Amino acid sequence: MILKQLSVFVENKEGRMKDITQVLKDSGINIKTLSLADTTEYGMLRLIVSDPDLAKAKLREAGFPVSITDVLAVKADDRIGFLHDMLLKLDANITSIEYMYTLPTEEGPVVILKVANPAEVEKVLENI
Amino acid sequence: MIWNESKECMSRDEMEHLQSSRLVKQVNYVYHNVEYYRKKMQAAGLEPGDIRGIEDITKLPFTTKDDLRNTYPCGLFAVPRSEVVRIHASSGTTGKATVVGYTRRDIEIWSECVSRVLAMADIGKNDTVQVSYGYGLFTGGLGAHYGVENVGATVVPLSTGNTKKQLTMMKDLGVTAIMCTPSGVTAIMCTPSYLMYLTESIEEQGILDELQLKSAVCGAEPWTEEMRNQIESRLHIKAHDIYGLSEIMGPGVAGDCVYHKGLHINEDHFLPEIISADTLTPIGDGEIGELVFTTLTKEALPLIRYRTKDLTSITHGKCECGRTTARLSRFVGRSDDMLIIRGVNVFPSQVEAALLEMGEVSPNYLMIVDRVNNLDTLEVLVEVDEKFFSDEIKELENLTKKITHVLQQALLIQPKVKLVEPKTLERSEGKAKRVIDNRKL
Ligand SMILES: [Zn+2]
Repeated sequence: MILKQLSVFVENKEGRMKDITQVLKDSGINIKTLSLADTTEYGMLRLIVSDPDLAKAKLREAGFPVSITDVLAVKADDRIGFLHDMLLKLDANITSIEYMYTLPTEEGPVVILKVANPAEVEKVLENI
Repeated sequence: MIWNESKECMSRDEMEHLQSSRLVKQVNYVYHNVEYYRKKMQAAGLEPGDIRGIEDITKLPFTTKDDLRNTYPCGLFAVPRSEVVRIHASSGTTGKATVVGYTRRDIEIWSECVSRVLAMADIGKNDTVQVSYGYGLFTGGLGAHYGVENVGATVVPLSTGNTKKQLTMMKDLGVTAIMCTPSGVTAIMCTPSYLMYLTESIEEQGILDELQLKSAVCGAEPWTEEMRNQIESRLHIKAHDIYGLSEIMGPGVAGDCVYHKGLHINEDHFLPEIISADTLTPIGDGEIGELVFTTLTKEALPLIRYRTKDLTSITHGKCECGRTTARLSRFVGRSDDMLIIRGVNVFPSQVEAALLEMGEVSPNYLMIVDRVNNLDTLEVLVEVDEKFFSDEIKELENLTKKITHVLQQALLIQPKVKLVEPKTLERSEGKAKRVIDNRKL
């Protein structure tokens, strides 16, 4: 499944994360999962939320540079070697992963992948 | 040691008489050889005959960096290209350089002026002088070089950078060899911040005892008495100040003698004025205003009342060293937004132009200038633009690298670039604050 992920550029300064969560809370938006990539000077906060379009509008209003990125969500089997098998398959199809993290759901964990061509990769991963 | 007593120790009357006759000649020369000036004078209702001496100087219109820009590259040259033997250039506000030219005689006078400053620092033909100013379009390297040759000293043209080589030369030339005088490098010419940097390297390597350095002539950027004291006490040398600007000539317009009571202006070649930056009217001795120069003997690029934008004051009266030339006090700043960083002229507008041209970031920026361990640093904060936004760190890092490269090309110094959130850079009355200079001078 392809999901709309929210990406927010955030400077490394005190209270900045709190500012973001404040905006989301005030707008009644639920955070399903998040991942933070950081450098010494800034970070990139990636969020899967209940209403990405509203979240984008609200965060932009609050002055954050924000974009929506299509990411691929792959349901993970709870078994040894699943991730490895998935990576092998991607490798065989010369697909590089920009980043990945997990999203917990009621039906178990889901792996979120940022790849250049999510729709094609989705087909590749249909039967792992 | 005084290089040219007949000029540097003239009585005030003699000097003013000489300046007056040279000014009359220079104005005539400019009127007849530079169309731009002729039109400017005509517009002001002036004829060359109206200028009969230095007391008439205020009748003449000013020249600014804009005039040089309007006539880019060589519109203010008073001689055909066949008479120009050298070109130099300095960076301008819009990234376009200011081009200056010299005739053979201009170079001779320039060398003479640098020689006078070297003599103030007691540098003579028995010395070996390492020139660690940049060689090239910048006037520092070649200007210093010709002056050193003119006094008959040995010049070691190292230019800037490669600290290891700088120190090796300084050390090894001291080794006595047949055919080689037993004198090592006894003097160095460079920017004061670079000398501070070399000082640290010398201390780290513990080679001070192996050096024969006795004096330094530093310029091209503002420095403080504190820096002079540090250089002098840490290297056990005498440090002198040399001032100049490429539009007027280059280094050697003025320099300070062993008494450090201000910089002696070579005023038989460059007529100084101090004006109020607000009213543009002359102000008296000891009062701070903008320094203005009129060249008195320049052939290729004669300039009338060129506004340097440097803020300082002038004193007349004989110095303890015996020289009678007018003296500039320490520079207190600039009347425009030009920054001098590591000896390089930097205008904030250059950053803006470069970012706009790049087109991948917002042209909102903030320059933070500081001095860390006596070396100037420049950090440029650039706002991330949502239009060109990537959520991959790799892309953002590439963007940072690209901005750094573009700015380095434009400014000729390497900044540290930092991406910041949009609209975080302070704006006051719609106009952003572009520069924070934390250097304590
Ligand atoms: Zn003196």
